[in-house]
Amino acid sequence: MGSMLTGAEIITESLKEEGVDIIFGYPGGAVIPLYDQLYEEDFTHILPHHEQGAVHAADGYARATGRVGVCVATSGPGATNLVTGLTNARMDSVPVVAFTGQVPSHMLGSDAFQEADITGITMPITKHNYLVQEIGELAKTIKEAFHIARTGRPGPVLIDVPKDIMQQKHDFAYPQEVNLRGYKPNYRGHSGQIKTAAEKINQAEKPVIYCGGGVPISSACDELRELAKKAQIPVTTTLTGLGSFDENDRLSLGMLGMHGSSEANLAISSADLIIAVGCRFDDRVTGKLDEFAPEVEDIIHIDIDPGEIGKRVSIDIPIVGDASDVLQRLLPRVEEKDRSEWLERIDDWKDIDRANIEFSSSGERASPHQVMEAIDEATGGEARIVTEVGQHQMWAAQHFAYSEPGQFITSGGLGTMGFGLPASLGVKAGLEEEEVFLIAGDGSLQMNLQELATARKNDLDVNIILFNNTYLGMVRQWQEIFADSRYSHTCLRERHTCPDKCQGPGLESCPEMVPDFMEVAGGYRLESARVSTQEDFEEELDRALNSDEPYLIEVMIEEEENVFPMVPPGGSLYEMIYEEESG
Amino acid sequence: MKHTLAVLVENESGVLARIASLFSRRGFNIHSLSVGQTEEDNLSRITLVVEGDERIVEQVMKQLNKLIPVYKVSNITGDPTVSRGLAFFKVSSDYKTRSEIIQMVDVFRGEVVDVSRDSIMIEITGDEEKIEALEELLKPFGIEEMVRTGKIAMARGEK
Repeated sequence: MGSMLTGAEIITESLKEEGVDIIFGYPGGAVIPLYDQLYEEDFTHILPHHEQGAVHAADGYARATGRVGVCVATSGPGATNLVTGLTNARMDSVPVVAFTGQVPSHMLGSDAFQEADITGITMPITKHNYLVQEIGELAKTIKEAFHIARTGRPGPVLIDVPKDIMQQKHDFAYPQEVNLRGYKPNYRGHSGQIKTAAEKINQAEKPVIYCGGGVPISSACDELRELAKKAQIPVTTTLTGLGSFDENDRLSLGMLGMHGSSEANLAISSADLIIAVGCRFDDRVTGKLDEFAPEVEDIIHIDIDPGEIGKRVSIDIPIVGDASDVLQRLLPRVEEKDRSEWLERIDDWKDIDRANIEFSSSGERASPHQVMEAIDEATGGEARIVTEVGQHQMWAAQHFAYSEPGQFITSGGLGTMGFGLPASLGVKAGLEEEEVFLIAGDGSLQMNLQELATARKNDLDVNIILFNNTYLGMVRQWQEIFADSRYSHTCLRERHTCPDKCQGPGLESCPEMVPDFMEVAGGYRLESARVSTQEDFEEELDRALNSDEPYLIEVMIEEEENVFPMVPPGGSLYEMIYEEESG
Repeated sequence: MKHTLAVLVENESGVLARIASLFSRRGFNIHSLSVGQTEEDNLSRITLVVEGDERIVEQVMKQLNKLIPVYKVSNITGDPTVSRGLAFFKVSSDYKTRSEIIQMVDVFRGEVVDVSRDSIMIEITGDEEKIEALEELLKPFGIEEMVRTGKIAMARGEK
């Protein structure tokens, strides 16, 4: 029989049962009993400097390790600071369990100090959430939460625990099983549908595999690669699917969508069969929906979430199930086939981007694609790349040849600026032996800048590559292309003394950038360097790789460098633009 | 088109909020909703009438199914079912119109549940068309107040 434990002990014992060893958490009034217990325990506790940092770090940790990320916050503002991070984890299907303290049960609903209805607030942004009302329910709730977070289509689960429940005592016996009659994810794909899918694949002349984040989540990359090779089907991946397929392979088309490669977008637009695996036909992927894949005869959609099937695009052969299970069973039915004609056509498209995209090459300033390629080369293509959100994110996606799942970690669905820095710390905390890079922009790095302290204090050796163009570059790019270069409040050098209508950039009179990132790095006691040329960058990169401390390299890039190719918003995938001419 | 969905849910706090939040977030329209206990202790049944084409209703059902406390969702629109709603009407009426109203209510197998000097209160159960038909007939007298439940429905025969 179980012994009598406090609620706080029940939480820590349950975490041990779940194999948790790292907690990203921030103390506060309502979680003092839990922190008192943590004082006794052996968990690695990483203290971020904002609760948003805790949840993003747990998210990064989960994506990198495949385990459930755990974060803790206090009630009220601590809990509400988790909201962005939980939404982020929800959008990209990341298993995170968040514990929040809550005001004592008898004060619930009284607008007590630091009370917020966090279960109400997070209802639409979590996979599920709980307000624990009785200590007897606590262990069962934690068991269920971890189960829900990591199974089916993974996602974040929040457990709100009133302070008095952490202090009460109760028997503890961790449940061995979960029985939720309303939650039984279907892993096994329908045999008949798999058979039909195989027939369609065998008949197709111009098939394309469109692979999303569900493939690495389901550990289906080996099966996917086998399928592609056996049937000679080219593979394009979404932003969150990068690394599922080796980009050095001839069959790889790279990423598709708004900033996807020409070969990927043209292949999808010419395909007669699309095999969509673990993806959701996001608007950034499909472009104008009416003109998506105009030549397609059939779309096969494999996903564990039936809600994604037919949500945006109507599907001919839906298969609800785990990607790994479905692909395994599909493989023996798929015939080896020579598709050299189709592949040769695609090979021709592979030169389009290189021939049409002109990066600024003043020589004075490093170019983002060369920076990314230098990192690829210096790390033998094996680094983990974590990004913030914006232009740098797209450059990082485009100019590094990803070959392994989990190698590229980014905020895909929600596009959360401020995700990258704390997430990279979570990645490094989970994978100490690996070389971790954060690719950031001068805008988004500042959204959770305080986490530089977390990197320093925990010696989390992340190499931070900060592309500084002194702009909120992605929005500036849209303003340049679609709003006649009216740079409305996207200049990060802008001050109240600037003229109402900016005539910049790059005028003599332009104010200097605030902050000076070198001084910021100094304040956080980080090693850092500012470079402008490619040569200097490579020298610093070498230093960063040889240092076992977090290292910040600020790369001054051209202010008006753009991301191409680009599918203008609302445009079709086959109408990409390669330069700034108005779209 | 209107679809009737029978949704079995765990009888726990917050479940109705989860469903309401889902509908508002995804832009689905609820025409009517009723909720109550079932023969099983821990299960409640929600009868939802939803407006939308096949595709929307399919999405509604899939999204409902994703909620953890939702046990089962069935679209019973095309099935042979018995469905009923309940309504109260308070109608302006004096001694001159009272008997005329009562006659009408009798035809509809409604009941007069309260009478005062200037008004009369009527209870009626039935499917939507029946309730709406009576409403139309009562309108000329002046409906002072009306309250209606959502519809509840059950499939006929064995199941």
